[in-house]
Amino acid sequence: MFVSLGRKRFDLILPNGGTPAGTSSPASSSSLLNRLQLDDDIDGETRDLFVIVDDPKKHVCTMETYITYRITTKSTRVEFDLPEYSVRRRYQDFDWLRSKLEESQPTHLIPPLPEKFVVKGVVDRFSEEFVETRRKALDKFLKRITDHPVLSFNEHFNVFLTAKDLNAYKKQGIALLTRMGESVKHVTGGYKLRTRPLEFAAIGDYLDTFALKLGTIDRIAQRIIKEEIEYLVELREYGPVYSTWSALEGELAEPLEGVSACIGNCSTALEELTDDMTEDFLPVLREYILYSDSMKSVLKKRDQVQAEYEAKLEAVALRKEDRPKVPADVEKCQDRMECFNADLKADMERWQNNKRQDFRQLLMGMADKNIQYYEKCLMAWESIIPLLQEKQEAK
Amino acid sequence: MTHNNFWLKKIEISVSEAEKRTGRNAMNMQETYTAYLIETRSVEHTDGQSVLTDSLWRRYSEFELLRNYLLVYYPHIVVPPLPEKRAEFVWHKLSADNMDPDFVERRRIGLENFLLRIASHPILCRDKIFYLFLTQEGNWKETVNETGFQLKADSRLKALNATFRVKNPDKRFTDLKHYSDELQSVISHLLRVRARVADRLYGVYKVHGNYGRVFSEWSAIEKEMGDGLQSAGHHMDVYASSIDDILEDEEHYADQLKEYLFYAEALRAVCRKHELMQYDLEMAAQDLASKKQQCEELATGTVRTFSLKGMTTKLFGQETPEQREARIKVLEEQINEGEQQLKSKNLEGSMCKKGIQVWTNAKECFSKM
Repeated sequence: MFVSLGRKRFDLILPNGGTPAGTSSPASSSSLLNRLQLDDDIDGETRDLFVIVDDPKKHVCTMETYITYRITTKSTRVEFDLPEYSVRRRYQDFDWLRSKLEESQPTHLIPPLPEKFVVKGVVDRFSEEFVETRRKALDKFLKRITDHPVLSFNEHFNVFLTAKDLNAYKKQGIALLTRMGESVKHVTGGYKLRTRPLEFAAIGDYLDTFALKLGTIDRIAQRIIKEEIEYLVELREYGPVYSTWSALEGELAEPLEGVSACIGNCSTALEELTDDMTEDFLPVLREYILYSDSMKSVLKKRDQVQAEYEAKLEAVALRKEDRPKVPADVEKCQDRMECFNADLKADMERWQNNKRQDFRQLLMGMADKNIQYYEKCLMAWESIIPLLQEKQEAK
Repeated sequence: MTHNNFWLKKIEISVSEAEKRTGRNAMNMQETYTAYLIETRSVEHTDGQSVLTDSLWRRYSEFELLRNYLLVYYPHIVVPPLPEKRAEFVWHKLSADNMDPDFVERRRIGLENFLLRIASHPILCRDKIFYLFLTQEGNWKETVNETGFQLKADSRLKALNATFRVKNPDKRFTDLKHYSDELQSVISHLLRVRARVADRLYGVYKVHGNYGRVFSEWSAIEKEMGDGLQSAGHHMDVYASSIDDILEDEEHYADQLKEYLFYAEALRAVCRKHELMQYDLEMAAQDLASKKQQCEELATGTVRTFSLKGMTTKLFGQETPEQREARIKVLEEQINEGEQQLKSKNLEGSMCKKGIQVWTNAKECFSKM
């Protein structure tokens, strides 16, 4: 876990006047290191912040109809006045939070949100399935921020979790940016980077290929679902024909009716499989594509910072002044660049680990759902075999 | 009446091989066809050993000829069906080509069943033409045609739906006819939908093969996840290719359904023949009655009413051997249907087990990522 010494230049000013533990002085950088390492514990034993998104509710007003979600926070951190909070937020509040985070933490990777716009008429924004899928994505979004050693201490995040009236806070326009935020904001886009350093170029290439492969997987998964649905349509016609046949027969009536019921059960199992894949698998896949897009834009911002630094450095060199010392503003640029590089590398490593866990879970989930489907079908078929054998023996 | 029983000992019949041949047809054009080897063995009672007594090659058209002959000479018997002449109810990946090896193999089995059923029929097995079919390779076609059976065939049978007003229809036969109509209809429907189901299922499995390729490509850029993805991809390939065998097995189920379809047709044909026979008889009886009446009138000068009903009761009173025959056939069919349902459902079960195995393997690979 790489901790840059540049971190000591951070001064996060919080409403209560305090600073997050460990980031304010070099002396505490080792405890910061410990803290950061502990925060990455997957089992959460040493976690001190828990956030859950649940209980979606529909609000019908004169102007609009919308959904809010309950956000429950439990924390022992000093930044929180109370040990527990419960607030309600809607999608646009999450969107606001994300913009604020991007603004105030430009050197960090901000997790993606589920897509904002849905084509009306195609998707029912208030259907149970859509709301549940969105809730899961929003929950994931907040959990990713919670797990991040820097983002989780962001004061916008704190307000989002705790404020009774978020709109009032939004209107205040309090933009307490970190110094880094300020400085990066002022970097004009006029600088062009000549070459990306190897390690960042490698990250960029990786992300490009990764997004490509995920896109392909998304298309394949959609195609599979489409084929499965068409298969389901035929099955739904197939089963009842056995019933029709059964009505013609005497002794065979029962087994044939059994076959019809069996096919019906398999059809239901298949429908459950396609629903699960649509609701659980596809959205997570798409989220990761958005995630890698976010990372790519952070990489570009980093390039900007490096470009500015190199340009300024060159300008100094060209001035041919006999200055032994590098001017302060160039030094600042260098600091900025080094901090950015450090943050980005740290975030990338964290992202890689989480990605591995997330995909492990996602793909195992896909395998599990398919296994369950086949198990249900197997059970259905095995249950009628005794029925058929009985008829056999009766002869 | 004694029949010649040509078979002195118990026999075993098998259609053991199929061979592609080329020859010239009736219009002297070159054609390719498949010939089937029929081997007949007689079984020694004492030790159960079998000795090859006859072997010859026949093509499908000769089987057809045999069946058509039997249909004419044994109108009251439900003659076992032949496997289909052309591949029908095919789903798109299944070959409709009569030369396709899978089709030929399934046809071979169907032809064998056909011969075995005739051989186990108490009446049909004693037929001379059948005996010659198994024993006399050359000249058999001429021998059959010399019987003149084509002339005996009732051309009215070709008009399947023409109605003949039978005054006293035998309820047992009309019920059977009705049953066979319904059965044909439901099984045709079943076969059509089954073909579509097979098509769709094929699509589902094959698309999974794409996962194999993309997982492999993805694994190339990953460090720890690489191995897991790569081997999971392999399992996806296995899954995708497993459908070919599964559906091939399922075709046997379809073949059995087709057998019922053809049996239902044969049953209907018997009912039809009975209907026609009865119609003819009624016509003849009516004719006879009116002539008798005329005689009487001429002789005695009186007019008497004649009971047609009384006449037919004498002719069709009890259940005829033919009716019993037909009914037995239906029962036998049902027994077979039951057996075959069982086999096909075992098939479904094994397909599920294969699916579980593949996905469990893939899951293991993912867990190692």
